[in-house]
Amino acid sequence: MSEPGYRLLDCGDRALTVELSRAVDPTVNAQVIALDAALRGAGRPGLLETVPTYRSLLVLYDPDLLPRDDLVALIAAHWPPPDGAAAALRRWRVPVHYGDAHGADLADLAAGAGLSPEEVVALHAGRDYRVYMIGFAPGFAYLGGLDPRLHASRRTDPRPKTPAGSVSIGGNQTGVSPPLELPSGWQLIGRTPARSYDPARAEPFLFAAGDLIRFEPIDRAAFDALSEAARAGETVATLEQIDA
Amino acid sequence: MPEGLRVVAPGVSSTLQDAGRPGYLRYGISGSGAMDPDLLALANGLVGNPLDAAVIEMAMVGPTLVCETEACRVALAGAPFAMSLNGRALDPFTAHDLRRGDRLVLGGPRQGLRACLAVAGGFAVAPMLGSVATHTRTRLGGLDGNPLAAGDLLPLAAPAPRDRPLTLPPPHRPTFGGPIRVVLGPQADGFTEDGLRTFLSEPYTLTARADRMGCHLDGPPIAHADGFNIVSDGIVNGSIQVPGHGRPLILLADRHTTGGYPKIATVISADLGRLAQVRPGETIRFAAVAVAEAQAIARAARLGLAARLAALVPAGGGDLDSTFLLSCNLVGGVVSARAPDPAP
Repeated sequence: MSEPGYRLLDCGDRALTVELSRAVDPTVNAQVIALDAALRGAGRPGLLETVPTYRSLLVLYDPDLLPRDDLVALIAAHWPPPDGAAAALRRWRVPVHYGDAHGADLADLAAGAGLSPEEVVALHAGRDYRVYMIGFAPGFAYLGGLDPRLHASRRTDPRPKTPAGSVSIGGNQTGVSPPLELPSGWQLIGRTPARSYDPARAEPFLFAAGDLIRFEPIDRAAFDALSEAARAGETVATLEQIDA
Repeated sequence: MPEGLRVVAPGVSSTLQDAGRPGYLRYGISGSGAMDPDLLALANGLVGNPLDAAVIEMAMVGPTLVCETEACRVALAGAPFAMSLNGRALDPFTAHDLRRGDRLVLGGPRQGLRACLAVAGGFAVAPMLGSVATHTRTRLGGLDGNPLAAGDLLPLAAPAPRDRPLTLPPPHRPTFGGPIRVVLGPQADGFTEDGLRTFLSEPYTLTARADRMGCHLDGPPIAHADGFNIVSDGIVNGSIQVPGHGRPLILLADRHTTGGYPKIATVISADLGRLAQVRPGETIRFAAVAVAEAQAIARAARLGLAARLAALVPAGGGDLDSTFLLSCNLVGGVVSARAPDPAP
């Protein structure tokens, strides 16, 4: 028998983790997202919730409706997930005001990288990122695909509070905060007026694992105007469907 | 004038909770909900509510409430909190009727930590993302995402019922204590054999850093096999992380949804309620069980809860008799216990 390509790790009596890898890897993450879609699509009673992460899929189940053995068989039946299922179908264009009061660490990060702040912005905004996972806080998007020149260690002294909507860099990752003041040790480079989480909105969440995100630099005046629109319930970020 | 239950003093940590907010873990939203789902069900059962209706969950010191409506019916299930109505002591696990102006004072528990107070008909509070469960960090549920505060008015959804209030006779009331059973993993292999042995054999003390998000334990450090950073993955209610200092941190209802410390084990679902009754300063011990055993324990616990709900009887009149009858009934086994006929 060949290796199935994943390990099953029990998380108590009502969940298990399908671990595809222990490392961060875009191919692995695409497989996680494809497996997530396949299992959700199976529509099995007793499969309660799934949580796709960088390199594993957490599956919550009700053992009375879906015995563990049946869940294990269900996962095996959907492995490997089809390649095409992992293709991103949508891209968000997310406005960001970089630097100044909204990116307290931009100048230091640029100096550390031997770049100008403008070059950092151009590198950060000039590419598509993939949402590897949503976690830590509601709507917090962990993004993969950061230019290696922008990799920067976390702060030795994490901030107990960072501004709502912060766009930041931690190690080889970049991320977007929801409109909550979160504790964070990541380097702050900008802020988005878009609210990735708003329980009062018809669609409370903007981003989902597997989406693409592209940042678009805006100035302070645009940030203020879009912030007001966002508070009034507008999405502010633009959604593009991508042809599969 | 709006009517309802007025919060005069909120207590230490009183929040509205129901069965929780499932379905949003993938968006970073905790499940929240009552720390002990059995107490949620029992409190609601005592006042004739659907078993998952929102209740006031309290910890350490409960709230003081004044009835600002014609009448309402309340019941407390959980740790033995001192409870009084206009200065007169009340029995927990029994429904009580309040009239306008009545003052209900919930003090501290003799033992244990948490209890649920249900109101007949429930609270008229709009759910957020499908639930009334309060998650203060993300400002979800409850009254605008906040714990109870002095001056809050909790609107009620229905008037007080007219039938006789129910009680759960003492032999059927839940008791707390005993080891906390766990299923090892998902990252048990991230620890040395000595580390696992330490975890399963040594006592751990709950520190003051214990709340609905999680509880930090103090005790002998648990040795990691190779470092204490993993690539963040999903966390469930009861996941036990071991950060670099080697002391366990149990993540609970209001936890982060993902985390990057290795998880040595997961508290079994049937023991989360007992864990919620452990106070800071008290010690616990962990015992490992297999997944199948944990699932069997959960099924037995559900039968136990069903038996308790079936044991609810009208309160008042012949307390001693019903206690006696029920203690006889208990000999026949809790699982098969049914409410005895109050009058032959």
